[in-house]
Amino acid sequence: MLHVLQWLEATYASMMDSSWAASLHLSVWLFALTEAAHLVALAVVGCAVLIVDLRILGWGLTRQPVAQVAREVRPWLIGSLAGMAATGFVMFASYAASKYYIHEAFRTKMWLLAAALVVTFTVRQWIVTGDDTRARHPLAKLVAVVSVLLWTSVALMGRAGLGYDLY
Amino acid sequence: MILHICQWIEATTSSQALAGSIWTYPVIESLHTIGVAAFLGLLLVWDLRLLGALFTRVPVTEVWARLIPWITVGAVFMIATGVALFWAKPVYSWGHIFFRIKIAALALALANAAAFHVGIERRVVDWDLAPTPPPAARVAGVISIALWAVIVVAGRLIGYNWFPQLV
Repeated sequence: MLHVLQWLEATYASMMDSSWAASLHLSVWLFALTEAAHLVALAVVGCAVLIVDLRILGWGLTRQPVAQVAREVRPWLIGSLAGMAATGFVMFASYAASKYYIHEAFRTKMWLLAAALVVTFTVRQWIVTGDDTRARHPLAKLVAVVSVLLWTSVALMGRAGLGYDLY
Repeated sequence: MILHICQWIEATTSSQALAGSIWTYPVIESLHTIGVAAFLGLLLVWDLRLLGALFTRVPVTEVWARLIPWITVGAVFMIATGVALFWAKPVYSWGHIFFRIKIAALALALANAAAFHVGIERRVVDWDLAPTPPPAARVAGVISIALWAVIVVAGRLIGYNWFPQLV
């Protein structure tokens, strides 16, 4: 695993070392703008996750069935998660082996992300594809709360992964 | 004038305590970041409804009525955490090109919202049920999304000190 990451990091570094990339200060700008794009995608994830979890909890678009709300935002959920993965991968490649791989906050983030994805696409998916009787169950509301907390902690660990000691 | 105010803020005990804190500053920064997902996420639902891109079968006024309490709470939260971040580093922020870009974009976003409010929104009864709102409403939605993307990107770049300070 570590070898793959070292290769990834070396490949990224060699791309950034090419003269045209260096002349544009590409590595610095690419990282900063990728990070900013990651944040923009975060807002879309927030949109697609929160509107459904709020609906399960009985807030927001309460006059529409849960299934309709979830179905409408599904392309935005998938698209924003793909955007997060793509921008996240670029940042990961830039630091892969030497920083993120050994970084406790990054590892925690990945486990939380895995948990958030599992919850979202298994039990929460089951809730939001049924009729509203599923969503009215107290356990469904618990799932919505867990979903919000998990996605929030993924974001918090992302910020922690930047290093609280950088400032 | 503004620089003097910033210098005065920076001399306050509260500003120095915030800037020198090990945990408080990064925690506020993290909360501000989480707020991007919650506040902007729900604002995005509204903007996408204006574009005719999401919840097209839900009346425009209903989307607004159901979301505005959350968006308002989110806005207050973003302003509170944002002001605290500025309070910790007022002179640095004011001298940062992307801080000024962010403030300008925020002002334009507010102006856009105000123009929408006194303009096409006055006749919302005519297009409340329209899956695709009239061009003026869609333009307001596009401008809003574009400006908020600029605000997020500029906001992230304030965190980088690579740029020559303006003051």
